[in-house]
Amino acid sequence: MPDSETRVKIAADGKTLDEAGVKFVVNPYDEFAVEEALRRKEQAGSGEVVVFSLGTAAAQETIRTALAMGADRGVLLQVDKIPTDPFEAARVIAAELKATSWDLILFGRMAIDDYNHQVGTLVAELLGLPSVSAVSHLDIDGTKGVAEREIEGGIEVVEFPLPAVLTVDKGLNEPRYPALKGIMAAKKKPLEVKPVQTGAGTLEVAALTPPPERKAGKIVGEGPGAVGELVRLLREEAKVL
Amino acid sequence: MSKILAVLEQRDGKLRKVSFEVVTAARRLTDAVDAIVCDTTDREGCAAAIAERAKAGGYRAVVFAATATGKDLSPRVAAKLGVGVAADLTDVAADGGGFLVTRPVYAGKALLKVKVTSQPAVLSLRPNVFTPDERATSVKPETLPVTSSGRVRVREIKAAPAGTLDVAEAQVIISGGRGLKEPANFKVLEELARAFGGKAAVGASRAVVDAGWRAHADQVGQTGKTVSPSLYIAVGISGAIQHLAGMRTSKVIVAINKDKDAPIFKVADYGVVGDLFEIVPKLTEEIRKLHG
Repeated sequence: MPDSETRVKIAADGKTLDEAGVKFVVNPYDEFAVEEALRRKEQAGSGEVVVFSLGTAAAQETIRTALAMGADRGVLLQVDKIPTDPFEAARVIAAELKATSWDLILFGRMAIDDYNHQVGTLVAELLGLPSVSAVSHLDIDGTKGVAEREIEGGIEVVEFPLPAVLTVDKGLNEPRYPALKGIMAAKKKPLEVKPVQTGAGTLEVAALTPPPERKAGKIVGEGPGAVGELVRLLREEAKVL
Repeated sequence: MSKILAVLEQRDGKLRKVSFEVVTAARRLTDAVDAIVCDTTDREGCAAAIAERAKAGGYRAVVFAATATGKDLSPRVAAKLGVGVAADLTDVAADGGGFLVTRPVYAGKALLKVKVTSQPAVLSLRPNVFTPDERATSVKPETLPVTSSGRVRVREIKAAPAGTLDVAEAQVIISGGRGLKEPANFKVLEELARAFGGKAAVGASRAVVDAGWRAHADQVGQTGKTVSPSLYIAVGISGAIQHLAGMRTSKVIVAINKDKDAPIFKVADYGVVGDLFEIVPKLTEEIRKLHG
């Protein structure tokens, strides 16, 4: 997805991002998911980490990054266009994952472009697996898991059985950087490309628009001497005090 | 417009402010709003109960708050109804038999307008956007019984220390960045927050969260929280694009920075240039006078 430093320009269709000059990166929340999978495998001393991505052909790069971090193999569920309706994305991913009995399925808690924060939970429901979203701390003991997630004004401690689907938040771990050796090795790791079809769904983009411009503000003054005037403006003009 | 099912949230037996926001937004669309609560410590059981009710009641929409709980619960319910969630909405309007909704994407750098045609629609509303009206606060929600027991259980809630308010819910946010120089200096912002008498929270830029000075829960920006308080005071924050994205929908923005060319001044309504260690304590003093 587009790097967080991206300046958003809207394409001529008025519905999509103009991708010219945009730098694409792995979704930062997905990096926490890949890292957690690698750590679980390292702790267990055995196992396999498989990376899936639903995306266009360009998402092969994303998968290679995860392989360079240490994942064993990758699968690209290739579409011409990422569906607007997250349920359509979830349906295709769940159909693909169904055939294997996974110990743990990890997603980023959300994508930093579309902010849908739901695909992982939808997939869990479609697979009939228990799920916890936005996990920032995780303990697993056999088939019992305890996850912590941030809620407004506190932390929720959640118990769940495995196998399970978790969507992960910042704070869970520090993702490793791919080392040169890993990058070289990644080139030889298997990456399967499977074309898939998504339906139209029930969410349809009508328009993508720039946010309303904020009206130009003013510099009230310099130094502590300006504070009196600032407070007056906040009271009398902005009426927020 | 037929009926809407409003899923409210409570903590410690009391309805949370976002619940009144949900009721207010739903009542703007129809007079026929049924408000419910259920035991969210059993996530799966609660989701099943809501989905059953949504099906049986023939609702046009099921509306949640896009809080930590709402974001977890709404896709569970949506999946059972075979639809996706139109998530984190800042505007909802009726559109023929469906809805036309607005959701900020790319952390608010753009707005996506989406047509929702599912029956029912599952919607989640961004907190702090829909101003609750007086009438909503007297809502008496029905408690939905949880009949099938689920596998996922909330064992406990570790509350943040008393008096700390979450940035996503605060009416006033005072955020600090690199300009604070070291973690201990955040106490000047905490003092300012206290001067607002329980209405203010202290936020942080990504730079200081990544440096380990502040908790991730406090981070405002594209990889943190997107906030819309009445008043946002950015202190010692230069204003990287991914930070601006997280706070540009604040009603009033104040920036305090020593660099008069810092990008933060481009989005601020009011700016003060200078040494934050001189300016902030003076501001704290003035705010105390008002609230004293």
